[in-house]
Amino acid sequence: MAALHFHFDIDGEDFSSAGEASVEMKKKLRQLGFPSDVIRRCSIAMYEGEINMVIHANGGNADVDVYPDKIVIVLEDHGPGIPNVELAMQEGYSTATEQIHNMGFGAGMGLPNMKRYTESLEIETQVGVGTKLTMVVAV
Amino acid sequence: MTVKELALALELEPVCEAEPDREVTGGYTGDLLSWVMGRAQAGDAWITIMSNNNVIAVATLTDAALVILAEDVHPDPGMAELAEKKGINLYRSPEAAFPLCAKVAALL
Repeated sequence: MAALHFHFDIDGEDFSSAGEASVEMKKKLRQLGFPSDVIRRCSIAMYEGEINMVIHANGGNADVDVYPDKIVIVLEDHGPGIPNVELAMQEGYSTATEQIHNMGFGAGMGLPNMKRYTESLEIETQVGVGTKLTMVVAV
Repeated sequence: MTVKELALALELEPVCEAEPDREVTGGYTGDLLSWVMGRAQAGDAWITIMSNNNVIAVATLTDAALVILAEDVHPDPGMAELAEKKGINLYRSPEAAFPLCAKVAALL
């Protein structure tokens, strides 16, 4: 059973406010007294997911379950899905537009960063239906 | 060294001095936000030429001590207000990123 559950709606309309949910989650984890390294890894993983949802899927939902020994972050969107997950996992691969690049994103680091900073990353995706990411960060 | 002391030594122009007494413990430079997100450390002086609001989110999440907009870059509209709201120290400088990095490294 989860000790605590947090839900965030991620607005896909406003790119400049992307990251709000990650900042809010970070604040809550800090209030709960988690080690800074755990908070950092959760923040990076969730921020990358949040940015991806805003860039590619017009927003989505984030659900964070906080257990004493792990934090589970589930990100779900109804965007275009990922046609080739293996390719998307490669550092440097990106389908982001020029405009997104100009804002400092689209370096092709999103999914690789999520994998690097979490214990596990599970991707369920279907083209034309959406994507669900489940990430676990051990405490 | 505090943010305020570093800002004075580098003759930085304050955009938002939210927490000037914060300790600066390191430095990082980069403009690709995902890259910075994964590598900048808490307490860093982050030097960048990116000036959009997402910089503030990344500074918040990485716990950067301050952000320095280099190369005479001006903050985008709303960036100063967002920095104030999130408690981020934000400065700007006419100098390029490289000399700024060298000076930060020499001072710390």
